[in-house]
Amino acid sequence: MVEQLVFYALSGILVFAGSMVVTVRNPIHAALFLVLAFFTTAGIWLLLDAEFLAMTLVLVYVGAVMVLFLFVIMMLDVNSLVMREGFSRYMPVGILIAVLVGLEIATVVGASQFGLDIVPAPAHHGAGYSNIEELGSVLYTVYVYPFEIASVLLLVAIVAAIALTLGARRRTRKGQQPNQQVAVNRKDRVRLVQMAAERSDLETP
Amino acid sequence: MPEIPLLDLLPSGLQTLTLILLKIIAIVTPLLLCVAYLTYAERRVIGFMQVRMGPNRVGPIGLLQPIADAVKLAFKELIIPAGANRFLFILAPIISLSAALSAWAVVPFGPDRVLADINAGLLYILAMTSMGIYGVIIAGWASNSKYALLGAMRSAAQMVSYEIAMGFALVGVLMAAGSLNLGEIVNAQAGGFGHWFVWPLLPLFVVYFISGVAETNRAPFDVSEGESEIVAGFHVEYSGMSFSVFFMAEYANMILISVLSSVMFLGGWLSPFEGVVSAETLASPLGSLLDSGFHWFVFKVALFLFLYLWFRATFPRYRYDQIMRLGWKVFIPVTLVWILVIGVAIAAGIGPWFD
Repeated sequence: MVEQLVFYALSGILVFAGSMVVTVRNPIHAALFLVLAFFTTAGIWLLLDAEFLAMTLVLVYVGAVMVLFLFVIMMLDVNSLVMREGFSRYMPVGILIAVLVGLEIATVVGASQFGLDIVPAPAHHGAGYSNIEELGSVLYTVYVYPFEIASVLLLVAIVAAIALTLGARRRTRKGQQPNQQVAVNRKDRVRLVQMAAERSDLETP
Repeated sequence: MPEIPLLDLLPSGLQTLTLILLKIIAIVTPLLLCVAYLTYAERRVIGFMQVRMGPNRVGPIGLLQPIADAVKLAFKELIIPAGANRFLFILAPIISLSAALSAWAVVPFGPDRVLADINAGLLYILAMTSMGIYGVIIAGWASNSKYALLGAMRSAAQMVSYEIAMGFALVGVLMAAGSLNLGEIVNAQAGGFGHWFVWPLLPLFVVYFISGVAETNRAPFDVSEGESEIVAGFHVEYSGMSFSVFFMAEYANMILISVLSSVMFLGGWLSPFEGVVSAETLASPLGSLLDSGFHWFVFKVALFLFLYLWFRATFPRYRYDQIMRLGWKVFIPVTLVWILVIGVAIAAGIGPWFD
């Protein structure tokens, strides 16, 4: 009973936030609504005993990806007037695509394919149940090859991203060399000179 | 479980709710008191380090100063700048404080003395502390001020960078403890001073605490405030209570990082003399002091908080590019290498930690 109330409250917020992401004018507000959508999704996953996935969603998407998103959006000067140009011209195509996507979603996860009689609701586990342990035990045994391939792909992507930012500019690098800065000695920079406090060739009055 | 009068009169659902609420109050009230007196301690300690007195006028040796400050801030006018986004401007400090406080739900204060004893405690803390960035970013953007936006940008980049190093340091801890539950992490360090994770995980411990200082935007990593460059950074437009909420969130986060460092590396509530002191000594009046307990927890946390204040009095502010270099090119490689070392050590079953 309480669980259902929580579920409907969370899904209500989720649907509201999701629709605001695409309708709201200000891109920063849209990004913040997306954050809200992620957060409520994490809440719904918690209801399914999937605490590891829920926390990872908050940690990765809310804590890192969306922060970088906001970072970029705040730097950009988004002119919403130019973006709204040709709205009526693109609308028929947009509606067609939206209807198609909606139909596809309905056929895949609709009641006929995904109803409670075909896919029963997952049973609740006791207090000693560890979602992380369950996930790890299948991830490193049954699905070890897909898991390894995915991680190698991610590694390749990281290396490629770093190479793209670095490659062309490496020879003409103007950046600072912190190891040289740290290794600086006092005697390289400062020379203490011993001299008389007064000029000797001047007559003192 | 303590007996609470009149609790039995409520229906059972409400009983649990009331009990949880009472527990939350029992955690948050002392915490906010600690926050208030941490500001006093900071001013006194830094004062003595700089050979001056610090606040000593309000009450005996200045002990009522935080209360006077709170009253002063509460009665100040709340100014919302023209052109600011009203809703987000008010929301930002609330997000900051709620993120700082919500992580306390899984902190163990003693054996079984924890509000929510969840399996994914470590992950929960990482997730909640990463939410704190939004308070800073939204404050910077909603203020409609260039200084505030610059401060928010700096702190967002800094917090995202240091979170990675922090996360890797925690990976080391969970490998050593074999659990994400904070209570079990403490129990895995039982057996005295030499069994604490600070020894096998010394590089991770250093990385974790320094990243924690950077994560809370404290000196010497306080470029997001940078009062000599960008006035006061993200909270330049805030006044009165909304400013003090940011302030409270910062200090609550400092205490949280200190608590986590002591729980994960210094054995939380465990006594360093475990296994050294004999059973007869433990039974004597002195024994209760030497035995594991809440006082050790407080002592360790106070040690880390003192380090925070000491850093602030000692180090000049880092340059922004040096902060980024330290985070990405020093801390992350160190943690990665040490995770590998721990993996080998666990496989070999080295020492009192991994057998």
